[in-house]
Amino acid sequence: MARTITTRRKMTFTILGWAIGFLIFFPILWTFLTSFKTEGTAVATPPQFLFFDWTLENYREVQSRSDYMKHVTNSIVISVGSTLIGLALAIPAAWAMAFSPTKRTKDVLMWMLSTKMMPPVGVLVPLYLIFRDWGLLDTRIGLVGVLTMINLPIIVWMLYTYFKEIPGEILEAARMDGASLMKEIVYVLTPMAVPGIASTMLLNIILAWNEAFWTLNLSASNAAPLTAFIASYSSPEGLFWAKLSAASTMAIAPILIMGWFSQKQLVRGLTFGAVK
Amino acid sequence: MATLQTRATARFMMSPAVILLFLWMIVPLVMTLYFSFLRYNLLMPGTEEFIGFLNYQYFLTDPSFFTALANTLTLVGGTLLITVIGGILLALVLDQPFFGQGIVRLLVIAPFFVMPTVSALVWKNMLMHPVNGLFAWIARSFGLQPIDWFAELPLFSIILIVAWQWLPFATLILLTALQSLDGEQIEAAEMDGAGALSRFFYLVLPHMSRAITVVILIQTIFLLSVFAEILVTTNGGPGIQTTNITYLIYAQALLQFDVGGASAGGIVAVVLANIVAFFLIRLIGKNLER
Amino acid sequence: MGSITLQKVSKSFGTTSVIPEIDLEIDDGEFVVFVGPSGCGKSTLLRMIAGLEDLSGGRIVIDGKDMSNEAPAKRGLSMVFQSYALYPHMSVYGNIAFPLKMDGQDKGAIDKKVKDAAHILNLTNYLDRRPGQLSGGQRQRVAIGRAIVRQPKAFLFDEPLSNLDAALRGNMRLEISDLHHQLKTTMIYVTHDQVEAMTMADKIVVLNAGRIEQVGSPLDLYRSPRNVFVAGFIGSPRMNLIEGLEAAKQNAVTLGVRPEHIRISKTEGTWKGTVGVTEHLGSDTFIHVQVDGVGKITVRTDGDFSTEFGQQVYLTPEPARLHRFDANGQAI
Repeated sequence: MARTITTRRKMTFTILGWAIGFLIFFPILWTFLTSFKTEGTAVATPPQFLFFDWTLENYREVQSRSDYMKHVTNSIVISVGSTLIGLALAIPAAWAMAFSPTKRTKDVLMWMLSTKMMPPVGVLVPLYLIFRDWGLLDTRIGLVGVLTMINLPIIVWMLYTYFKEIPGEILEAARMDGASLMKEIVYVLTPMAVPGIASTMLLNIILAWNEAFWTLNLSASNAAPLTAFIASYSSPEGLFWAKLSAASTMAIAPILIMGWFSQKQLVRGLTFGAVK
Repeated sequence: MATLQTRATARFMMSPAVILLFLWMIVPLVMTLYFSFLRYNLLMPGTEEFIGFLNYQYFLTDPSFFTALANTLTLVGGTLLITVIGGILLALVLDQPFFGQGIVRLLVIAPFFVMPTVSALVWKNMLMHPVNGLFAWIARSFGLQPIDWFAELPLFSIILIVAWQWLPFATLILLTALQSLDGEQIEAAEMDGAGALSRFFYLVLPHMSRAITVVILIQTIFLLSVFAEILVTTNGGPGIQTTNITYLIYAQALLQFDVGGASAGGIVAVVLANIVAFFLIRLIGKNLER
Repeated sequence: MGSITLQKVSKSFGTTSVIPEIDLEIDDGEFVVFVGPSGCGKSTLLRMIAGLEDLSGGRIVIDGKDMSNEAPAKRGLSMVFQSYALYPHMSVYGNIAFPLKMDGQDKGAIDKKVKDAAHILNLTNYLDRRPGQLSGGQRQRVAIGRAIVRQPKAFLFDEPLSNLDAALRGNMRLEISDLHHQLKTTMIYVTHDQVEAMTMADKIVVLNAGRIEQVGSPLDLYRSPRNVFVAGFIGSPRMNLIEGLEAAKQNAVTLGVRPEHIRISKTEGTWKGTVGVTEHLGSDTFIHVQVDGVGKITVRTDGDFSTEFGQQVYLTPEPARLHRFDANGQAI
C-alpha cells in the first residue's frame, strides 16, 4: 500500500487489532489469572479480574500431587523421544529424496502424507488389542512408538522442503573445492541443514505434546502424559477451578512459548507446501 | 546432483521410514478389516465368528449412526464456517500496519498451541459454567438469562471450543497467502478505479482461494477426528447429541467392547476420510509440480 | 599448464541432444569467452569441462591428460558460479580457506595464501564477515578469491557479472581482465553479453544451439563474421541485415552493413529514407531510418548531427564494409 498510511487509520486498526487479540487470548489469560486465586475466589461472582489476593497455593498443591511429576516426565519423554526417533528415521529418507530424486520420489512423499490423513479410529481397535496383548498398554514405549509414526510424515515432509532449499550450486562449489562426499556432508550440507532440523524438532515436540487421542486411549496411570492428567479434572470432586488453572498453565506454558517461535514452521509443516 | 550417490544408497536411506510407515498403515488397517467381518466382543472372548457384512449393516442402519454422521458434518461445517470467515477477517486485520502488530499476532496464534483437554475444560468450567462461569456473569450483567451451554446447546458449545482452537491455524495460513499478494497489483486496481470492496472480491479473494481451499481440506481431515474435547466435556451427551463418528466408534470399542462393530465403523470412517484426502492429495501434488 | 582440448565432445539429456559435437583448442594462458543466446549450451559446456556434468561422448584433455571421467576436484580447475555459491555459514576467511583445507594443507600455509588472495582482491578488511553481510561486488570477489587460492590450471567463470548492476559490472570487467594479466592463467568465461565477450576475450567462441558458429579474436569476429548469426550477434547496435532486391544488386541473398559503416547526409546518397526514432547518447547518435524499398536501417553518426522525426535523409553504405551472405547464411 503505497499511499500514505494515515495515523488515524493506524489507530483504528490498532484498537481493532488489540481488541480482537485480547478477545481471542482471553481464555488463556483468564486461566493464568485464575491459577493464582483461591478456590473460593475462583468461583466467586462477580468474577475477580486483577484485584484479589494472589496466592501460589494451587501451584504448590498440584505439584505436590504424587503423580504430577510423573505426568510431566511422561509428556517430556514422549514428545522428545518420538521426535528424536522420528528424526533418526526421517533425516536419511528426506536426504535421499531431496538429493537423489527419482520419478517415484513425489509419489512416495504423497503417500507418506496420506498416512497422516487416516482417521485414528480406523485403527483404534487393532492397535488397542496389539498393545494389550504385547503389554504395551500404559507404557511410555508404546506411546512413543505411536506418536513417532503419526508424526513421521510431517517430519519427513518438512526436512525434505528444507533440504531442497539448499542451493545445489553451493554443494557443487564444495565439490570443485575438492571436498569428498563425506567432507561435503560434514562441512557444508549439515551446517546449512541444522536450522531446518531444529525448526522441525520444535514443531514436532509441540505436536506430540498436545496429541490427545492416542495419549488418552492407550494410557492409564503409569504412562499418562499431561493431556490425560488434565483430562482427569473432568470428573472431579469439589472445587477445583483454581487447581485446574494452575495445572493447565503449567502444562501449556512451555508449548505456548515454543509455539510463538515456530509460526513459520507451522505453516510449512501443516499445509504440506500447498500454500507458499 | 544426481552424482551424489547411487540409487541403491538412496533406497537404503529411505527404507526404514518407508517400511515402518507402510507397516503402520497396512497392518492395523488389515486387522480392522478382518475384525469388521467378525462377531467379536471383548467381554465374551472365544466366541468370535464370521458374520460377513452384518456389522456394517448394523452400523450403517443404526439410527445413532445417522445422528453421529449429522453431528460430524455439523461439527466440521460449523467449525469451517467460523474459522474460514474469521480467518479471512483476522488475516485482513493483521495485514494492516498498526502498533504492536507483532504482539497481537502472538495473541491470536496462541489457542492453537493449547492442548485440547485444557481448552475444553477451561471453556466448559470457567467460561461456560451456567452459574459461576464468565459468560453467565456477562449475561446477568445485561439482565439476560445465562445459557446452560452444554445442556441447551451442546454441539454448538463443542463447535465454539474447536473453532477457537483452529482459528489461529486458518488465520496464519490465510495471512501468509494474503501477504504474498503483489502490492503492485492492488495499486494497478486502484488506478483502474476499483474501490476497497471491489478490490477485495475481484483481487484479494481469488488470490486467496487456493489457500482457503487448503485450509478447508486440511481442517476437514483433522476435524473429522475431534475426540478429546468431546470426551472431556460431554462424553458424547446429552444422549448422543455430541457424538460424532469418531466418538461413536470409540464408545463401541472401548466402552461396549464391541470389536466387530467398532471395526466396521472404523472402516466407514476411513472411507469418509479418504474421499476428502483424495482431493487434498491432488491439490498438494499439483503444487509439488511447480 | 592450462591447455584444454575438447575432442568431439557431445551431450544429450535422455533423447534430447543439447550439444551435437564440439572440437575446441584452448591454449595455456588464453582468455576464452563462450558467448551465445540463452540455451545455446555454453554453461553446459563449461560444466562438462569442470566435471559437474558427465560427457555423453568425446574427450576432455587437460594438459595432455584425459580428464573426461575425473572428479571435479582432481581436474585442477576452479569455478566462479553465477550465484557465487559462497558458504553462508563460514566467514570470508573460511570461504577462501576451504579448498586449501580440503587439500589438507597446514594452517600456516593456508593463512598466508588466504591473506595473499584477500590482498589482491581488496578483501583484507572483510575477512571476518559472513557472506550475508557483504555487497554483491564483495561477494563476487570472495568467490574469485576462493578460486584463485587453489592456483588452478584454469579459471572457469559462469556468467559471474549477471547479478550485478550496470556500473558495478563495468568495474568488475576491468578487475577480471587485470587479474588475467596479473596471474596469466587460462580463463574460460561464459556470458550472453557480447560486450563482455568483445572487451575481455583473447578468443571468442560463438555458440548457437550446441554448435560452434565461429571461433576467433574479437576483431576477427567483428570484421569477418562467417555467417549471418555471428554477424548479427557481434556488434552493438546490431548489424543491419538486408534481403531482397538491394541484396541481389550486390550478388548476395542477405546483405549486411554495420550502423557505424553507413554515411548519412541530408542532401545526397545511395538510399533515400525517412527518419524515425533517434537515440542521442551524447557521444554517438543512433538514427533509425525507414528506407524505401529496403526496410528499417540503423545508422550511427556522431553526437552533433541533428535530425527531426520524419525528415528526409540519404544513406550511403561504405562499399568496402559490406558483408555478403548466401542462401544458407554463410559468408561469401
